[in-house]
Amino acid sequence: MATRQYSFYPGCSSQKGASSSNYLTSVQAMCEELDIQLNDIPDWNCCAASIGYAGGGELPRLTLSARNIALSEEHNPGQEIVATCAACWLSTREAAERLHEDQSLLAEANQALAEAGLKLKNETPIKHMVEALIEDIGYDALGAKVKKPLEGIKIAGYVGCQTNRPFGIDGESYENPRYLDKLVETMGADSVPDYEKKVQCCGGALAFSEPEKSQEMVKGIIEAAYDHGADMIVTPCPVCQMNVEVYQDQINQTYGTKFKMPVVYYSTLMAVAYGRSAKDAALNGQVIPAKKLEAIAAK
Amino acid sequence: MGDLNQAMIEKYRTNFLKEVEANVEEGEWVKMCMQCGVCSGSCPLGKFWDHPPQELFMMIRAGKRDEVLSSDSMWMCTSCYNCVVRCPRELPITHIMHGLAHYAKRLGLVPESQPTAAFAQMFWDNLMQKGRVNELKLGLKLYFMNGFGDGIKVALKHQKIGMGMLKTGRMSPMEAFGGHAVKDLKGFQSMIKKAQELEDQRIAEHGA
Repeated sequence: MATRQYSFYPGCSSQKGASSSNYLTSVQAMCEELDIQLNDIPDWNCCAASIGYAGGGELPRLTLSARNIALSEEHNPGQEIVATCAACWLSTREAAERLHEDQSLLAEANQALAEAGLKLKNETPIKHMVEALIEDIGYDALGAKVKKPLEGIKIAGYVGCQTNRPFGIDGESYENPRYLDKLVETMGADSVPDYEKKVQCCGGALAFSEPEKSQEMVKGIIEAAYDHGADMIVTPCPVCQMNVEVYQDQINQTYGTKFKMPVVYYSTLMAVAYGRSAKDAALNGQVIPAKKLEAIAAK
Repeated sequence: MGDLNQAMIEKYRTNFLKEVEANVEEGEWVKMCMQCGVCSGSCPLGKFWDHPPQELFMMIRAGKRDEVLSSDSMWMCTSCYNCVVRCPRELPITHIMHGLAHYAKRLGLVPESQPTAAFAQMFWDNLMQKGRVNELKLGLKLYFMNGFGDGIKVALKHQKIGMGMLKTGRMSPMEAFGGHAVKDLKGFQSMIKKAQELEDQRIAEHGA
């Protein structure tokens, strides 16, 4: 039996053929090395992220998350919920807190859940994967598993918004969280502790509806990483990863820049540092290849 | 929905703040704003907002109902939570912005062709179909939002991105046929229907 087990909420974008399927692949490799067993919440549904609010009122949106928590409590009892997507984590944890504070909303949510034969106890802690790594396992134990230190790679830790605000990682500040820098150093790479865009918003879902406004912000995020001499950017959020990686060609066209900055997940770094193959680390999921990681994985 | 708007106007005629408190998500917090402006200064898209959050809060108290509910501003919220963590009074500003946007939608007051309002509705409708988001269908729907001709142009502009996502396995044409879904779709849909009924009923009673 694995050292640790969590009830896992993978989220829509992690599914096969979806935009962060590469994230899930690298998380699985990372968890195998750390002896973490992820038990999927059976039949989980979408959380509505932070953009479902036009069509979905407060109660329907809370009910979406309530269903996931209720399914977890029924099928994975006693296990803390872990999400890898920042929006999944945020929506689920917000729903749990809101339904804890407001008994009449909870009663209504349970009335709706009853239609699907479910009931929410709402007793389950909800964590982001990074929280589980740092708070439950700790940097020392994470570092002890490193087989191939990521030496000579400089990595800008782009924390973004939703793993940082409003909940964040224990002991970190909202304005200058250091956990990604510490993780980068734990894997043997060089961090950029004074990366001034580390908590800058990338536009989130507005990358789709307001692309020009979003890409202007993404430009700053990438530019600052270059200014610090970074080889790549690392992030804990699927929306950050996609927004910062895939629009670089369009940004180059608009602004005359020559960006070609790889953007990876923390789990990509960790899978490579733990000695896993390029495939297991999902390096083939990079639209902009992370060549320095490929070289280490091939060693 | 025009009827609900009229009912609300008549019900709360002299007091828009009360209307917001009763009907907008986290609306009861609005009166706590002390007009310091930290939210407005912290907003990543603040320069595009006609009325930043601080101003919206004062306008609500001043009874500027039409100006607030038909505003484009709250639709520019990226959900970055900068304002939330910096607000000295700890107002859940992000949620109030979403709440105002949703309430404006409910009353049919969203400005025409607001792109985020359109995308947010598409996202919700998409996830309601199967219980999980189908990124391919959502993307295609977004491209063709302004008609077929425009859609082709947008699709061509994004062609390279699409190829990159296909090549890396992060997009699948197979999602056009069915795609990922929750197994208990019937239970899922009746659950959401019930939640919507309960909420609609609660708000209709406020307007009665």
